[in-house]
Amino acid sequence: MLSRKSILRAVSKLLIPPIMMFGLYVQFHGDFGPGGGFQAGVIFAAAFILYTLIFGVDNARKVAPAWMTRLMLSCGLLLYAGVGVVSMMMGGDYLDYSVLSEDPVAGQHLGILLIEFGVGLTVAGAMITIYLIFDGNNRSAGDD
Amino acid sequence: MFMAMTALALIWLRNLFAVAMMSGIYTLLAAALYVIMDAVDVAFTEAAVGAGISTVLMLGTLSLTTSMEKITKNIAMVPLIIVTATGGLLIYATYDMPAYGDPNAPIHKHVAPRYIEKSGQEVGPPNIVTSVLASYRGYDTLGEVTVIFTAAVGVMVLIGRSRRRREKVIGKPENETEQA
Repeated sequence: MLSRKSILRAVSKLLIPPIMMFGLYVQFHGDFGPGGGFQAGVIFAAAFILYTLIFGVDNARKVAPAWMTRLMLSCGLLLYAGVGVVSMMMGGDYLDYSVLSEDPVAGQHLGILLIEFGVGLTVAGAMITIYLIFDGNNRSAGDD
Repeated sequence: MFMAMTALALIWLRNLFAVAMMSGIYTLLAAALYVIMDAVDVAFTEAAVGAGISTVLMLGTLSLTTSMEKITKNIAMVPLIIVTATGGLLIYATYDMPAYGDPNAPIHKHVAPRYIEKSGQEVGPPNIVTSVLASYRGYDTLGEVTVIFTAAVGVMVLIGRSRRRREKVIGKPENETEQA
């Protein structure tokens, strides 16, 4: 692992919070500028991957345990599909957000915000899971 | 021009580490091309997913396997002919496409005017790409998210399991939090 390189450690510690902030900005500002759930999820996962590269899989697993990334992965998809089911229950078509609020535009806005959040959760969870599995495998192969 | 050069380098290089790096550069150049064509959202995705995550994942895969390509002497003729023919046909088909930015192109006549004119009142967000992606084309995006979910589950089942089994064989104590 690269944890002994002090310059890498310092720079990555400086970089990870802004990367995560930028991910959240892209997530919730996607209605107004370029971006959205997919990009935000990937950027957020990139922060985790940088951390894993520098500090190792064990430390990263303490921050994001397996159950948490799995939960993110499934909750995101469930949130997306759930918004569709809720809009059906409130009398609209599947994934028709206009019925979520009295004002159709406000309902659309709420729906988009929720499903983009679901997309972001799933993408971030998927990327972190895949990377940690690859890296974990790699390390155990080196041990053998 | 740069993209063509990187693509050629991709074919000739034998060291897979360099190939992974070159494909990262290639996608970054593609992202720059999308910015020039005013498709900022696509460029954003291309830069983050293509140049960032894919390169890291490819390097991860390389560390699991080997980093040198096997050199084969014989050239596979049939695939070469098929690829050349398909590529030639695709290039021939581009001559039939409307010119770039032509306002009368079919793609600008179908649903695009409605998205541009009405999405402000019907959906709200100033970024039309977001309203098309999340609202008008909500089913498609749900499908995409499902694909990503399935991919992660597939990796978990295929690689995560094999590691668990190997640890069992060696007789290491099982640690649930370490496995993904």
